[in-house]
Amino acid sequence: MRVLVAMSGGVDSSVAAAILVESGHEVVGATLKLWGGESDSGCCSVADVDDAQRVARRLGIDHHVFNFTGAFEDSVITPYVSDHIEGRTPNPCIECNRTIKFGLLLERSARLGFDALATGHHARIVDGDGGGRPRLRRGADKAKDQSYVLSMLRADQLRRVLLPVGEMTKSEVRIRAGELGLGTADKPDSQDVCFIHSTRGRRGFLSQRMELHPAQLVDATSGEVVGTVPAGELVTVGQRRGLGVGPDGHRRYALTVDVRTRRITVGSCHEAVGVRIGVENAGWVGPPLARGDRAHAQTSAHGVAAPCTWHGDAVVFDEPQPVVAPGQTVALYDDADADAVVGAAVASAPG
Amino acid sequence: MLAYLDHAATTPLRAESLAAMLPYLTEHFGNPSGSHAVARRARVAVEDARDEVAACLGCDPGQVVFTSSGTEADNLAVLGAHASGRQSVVCSAVEHHAVRNTCEALGGAIVAVDGSGVIDLDALRAALRPELGLVSVMLANNEVGVVQPLADVAALVREHAPGMLVHTDAVAAVGWVDVASMAAPADLVSVSAHKFGGPKGVGALVLRNGAKLAPVLYGGAQERGRRPGTHDVAGVVGMAAALRVATETRADTVRRVGGMRDRLADGLRASIDGVVESATRVTAGGVHDRSVKVASSCHIRVAGVDQEELLVLLDDEGVCASAGAACASGAIDASHVLLAMGLSPDEAKSAVRLSLGYSTTDDEIDHVLDVMPKAVERLRA
Repeated sequence: MRVLVAMSGGVDSSVAAAILVESGHEVVGATLKLWGGESDSGCCSVADVDDAQRVARRLGIDHHVFNFTGAFEDSVITPYVSDHIEGRTPNPCIECNRTIKFGLLLERSARLGFDALATGHHARIVDGDGGGRPRLRRGADKAKDQSYVLSMLRADQLRRVLLPVGEMTKSEVRIRAGELGLGTADKPDSQDVCFIHSTRGRRGFLSQRMELHPAQLVDATSGEVVGTVPAGELVTVGQRRGLGVGPDGHRRYALTVDVRTRRITVGSCHEAVGVRIGVENAGWVGPPLARGDRAHAQTSAHGVAAPCTWHGDAVVFDEPQPVVAPGQTVALYDDADADAVVGAAVASAPG
Repeated sequence: MLAYLDHAATTPLRAESLAAMLPYLTEHFGNPSGSHAVARRARVAVEDARDEVAACLGCDPGQVVFTSSGTEADNLAVLGAHASGRQSVVCSAVEHHAVRNTCEALGGAIVAVDGSGVIDLDALRAALRPELGLVSVMLANNEVGVVQPLADVAALVREHAPGMLVHTDAVAAVGWVDVASMAAPADLVSVSAHKFGGPKGVGALVLRNGAKLAPVLYGGAQERGRRPGTHDVAGVVGMAAALRVATETRADTVRRVGGMRDRLADGLRASIDGVVESATRVTAGGVHDRSVKVASSCHIRVAGVDQEELLVLLDDEGVCASAGAACASGAIDASHVLLAMGLSPDEAKSAVRLSLGYSTTDDEIDHVLDVMPKAVERLRA
């Protein structure tokens, strides 16, 4: 097979490329330039491109750098900003996977004559029904599983994707990288959003692109204004940091954020839970869930999937779960096989 | 088969250049700044090379300063003029980064070009300053091949800003136009050896009309104190040999390569829908006008096709071409030249540069004409 490997310069995609070469595939590497601005981590720094090229040289494969900065701006940055303006909490990495890596890059790989696109994600693609319909499963390393950030991929995308490190644990990947003499063996895991600078943060980034407004903190029980925050748009439902302590001595949590009225309701940790999450924009890798079907739902990249019932416009958990911010992805896993993704939806705003 | 159509990036070393260099990479290893026999042997070679370069470029040998590259020659011209008290720096928007980034770093003025990439002389006139300064306008553009009206530029500067030097980056022009006469109106002229069949890592700056520059590098007294550092003896010898051949064969090369270029450009336009050639002027009889565009450059835009994808498919078929300028990460950025010519970023991303050279063959052109329509068809499918 001719395989294009998306190489970030990190250890996982480096080992993914090495495994494909060892398997006898014709492999070409590609690193994406996604972000023209300043950042100190992620997919687009010159140092990361150098790392990817060094790995490619060691493996003896060709390597390209593709400039997707325009598409990244339109498909990831712009919605990221508008979501904040509208009071949602977006997942830019999921949007990048959906539109850039498994969107534009996957399409490009086909136009350039590649049979498949490979990445270094920790997840597995299996034959879902014995008839060739692909299905996404959690990676072998449950602590590093990335099926959540791939949960919105559809069968026609998964059919052309390879995830060579999905069967490995992270430590196995690092050992393999060391054995292969890849310089990326000890590179730290990437964290955070690649275009957000670690010191100036989300506020520094967003304040260049939108107006931030102070908001009132309103106690959910008493209805009294108990404080203010300098930028309501930066508060996420479920957030604890920066909201102070209630009269009962417990930390306050954000329960709802209304950017139009600039009011944030706050309450205790006992109030920051619920059984129902409104959802929209559901998509399915296979047959859709029907109302009343049982499933497991996971609402953050490193959260746990909890048993729930699918209601079409909502997920209802069996037990109360932490509240979920509008805009967050809700990954849905099979009732009987809790490692298998069935689809994904986006948490909607209440009302 | 391999079709190398990236001569604007670099050219294969001419056999004459390699042969001239070999003795200076082996037995004649001396440092030309010394006084003994071995040093003198090297010094003779450097000064013979200087005579040769001066003769080909139409200046006196004492006006030739050897540098490590065209980029260094450009920097020496702009930075050296600025550091010697010529505060006002002006360049065209389509200059090579070696000039444009230097000019921008000094807070200089950038002058607009028209849709075919030719400098706007009214805008240039408005940017001229009465105080001491420097105006830099390239002789031929390295991306789209457009030839600038340097005589008009120089006349404008002499009339309205006699305190400003005129510099021309002739790196992309050597071998394709008569640099000795066309660059004659300029006080300073940059050239680079590897663009005309010489080795990489060697260039020269011509300083005419008593132009004085502050040095950019400090060190020994080489090049009359204008550029210190032990000479790359083999390099300057190789540059001189290549320049001699390029100059002597220029008329023939322009005719022969220009014919292949026209066949390539006309063939691609005929066989692929939506191909537009940049900065070209064709007479009623279908003849491409060499006075507006050098004979080596075939710069096209292919509507609806991404340059990164087309370059990969061409590369798969053995066609070496390029696009825009690589950024630090190696990705292709939208060309500042095309943006200055008024193209949108999307239009700029559909551009591909095929540049021919002295070694280009008809077989190479045939190969491109064969594979490029198929590649475009596949990308548009």
